[in-house]
Amino acid sequence: MPQIICENASLGYEGRPIVKDLNFTVNAGDYLCILGENGSGKSTLMKTILNLTPPLAGSIRMEGLKPTEIGYLPQQTQVQRDFPASVQEIVRSGFQGRCGLRPFYTREEKALADRNLERIGMEGFAKRSYRELSGGQQQRVLLARALCATQKCLLLDEPVSGLDPKATAQMYEIISGLHREGITVIMISHDLSAALDDATHVLHIGERIFFGTREEYLHSGVGFQPRKED
Amino acid sequence: MLNTLLTYLSYPFVRYALIVGVLIALCSSLLGVTLVLKRFSFIGDGLSHVAFGAMAIAAVLNMTNRMLIVLPITVVCAVLLLRTGQNSKIKGDAAIAMISVGALAFGYLLMSMFSTSANLSGDVCGALFGSTSILTLTKTEVWLCLILSAAVLLLFTLFYHRIFDVTFDENFSRAAGTHVEAANLMIAVITAVIIVLAMNLVGSLLISALIIFPALSAMRIFRSFLSVTLCAAVVSVTCAFLGIIISILAGTPVGSTVVAVDVAAFALCALIGDMRYKI
Repeated sequence: MPQIICENASLGYEGRPIVKDLNFTVNAGDYLCILGENGSGKSTLMKTILNLTPPLAGSIRMEGLKPTEIGYLPQQTQVQRDFPASVQEIVRSGFQGRCGLRPFYTREEKALADRNLERIGMEGFAKRSYRELSGGQQQRVLLARALCATQKCLLLDEPVSGLDPKATAQMYEIISGLHREGITVIMISHDLSAALDDATHVLHIGERIFFGTREEYLHSGVGFQPRKED
Repeated sequence: MLNTLLTYLSYPFVRYALIVGVLIALCSSLLGVTLVLKRFSFIGDGLSHVAFGAMAIAAVLNMTNRMLIVLPITVVCAVLLLRTGQNSKIKGDAAIAMISVGALAFGYLLMSMFSTSANLSGDVCGALFGSTSILTLTKTEVWLCLILSAAVLLLFTLFYHRIFDVTFDENFSRAAGTHVEAANLMIAVITAVIIVLAMNLVGSLLISALIIFPALSAMRIFRSFLSVTLCAAVVSVTCAFLGIIISILAGTPVGSTVVAVDVAAFALCALIGDMRYKI
């Protein structure tokens, strides 16, 4: 069942296109990895999927999914790294999209937030301070917040940037666990090897655009290839 | 000493000053946490200078109720500052510096050219550093302050979670469909209102202290947003109360005494925070 359909889209800002004629479809339950060099338009594509910037031409449609129902994991900002907030406060803020003008969180939402902490293996951290956590733990907290915003689709922006190898492996494991639960995962990454381990589909943007399954990508010769001995 | 204090407290103007001072301290500390974390500390400073300029206009026009002109001008500037801070050719900090020194210069220029008062430097000094105006509040001004503070408190409670959301992560909020621009606008307008209120207490040069010190003090000790916010409110209210009492007893200027107590509280909190880390 298609969830996100992108047809002949041109992406860019202030009228200047960065990516042209982009076509891809994300089905429910897919794990799509979006690859590309810096400046190739990955973040613009992400903003377009989130409905924050309109495509210059063509269209991105959603079926059975609203842009605000996508669980978004943005890259961390400097301000957040030493922000005085508890893990619980941050995870619950994932519900803001469905709160509207309701000033407080409901009991179900609070319970769901706790469950999402369990899903990423951070139960018992609810009262801990965010700024005292390691980089990997902080990233997992933000993933739990994204889970509060969605039941269907996660959009992850460079989820392992700045993490050490162990935390990186753990993060990928959690993400593929969530994918196995049936959540659609769209991940923007520099990290090719991870993409090829877990992803079902690959979208490579840049001078040549490629969209297809992981197997097709491996035989396409687009972008960088993993070394044979890996 | 207690007797002197009780005598003073029997005067209504002293009670008014305490009520207004405590309310202003409460409101400014609540917003202070957000402003410090959003790296907006200097917006408070810039706006206070704008308020000084507006005050000068009101003084020149000889208006009886200066709030009528100071409040709208400051609110408009708050909105403008926020707009220019986001995307324009002049970057945020430069825009703030520009507006704030500009307003300061024009304010002084207006006052020196058109002032009818015999004591110009006294007037200017009073507007900048807080004068005795907190002790000469009329009943109307006290009511106005009560109503505005109540409005600030109500808005802050109702939008507490949204304020947290946009302070912690604007990108996520935008993606989740929260109206980030509206929230920022609300924060700026409330800041402007608080600054205009606080001019009576500490004068325009010292207002930033009232906004940032309690927040910074609380952040030294506490680690969650809620506890930081509550602690900032308690620290700020205590400091304002003590500061006003001390200034009455010792005959020192109200504004600078309150700020001095805030600085002392910050030093104390930093010490407590350091000790907590070491243990």
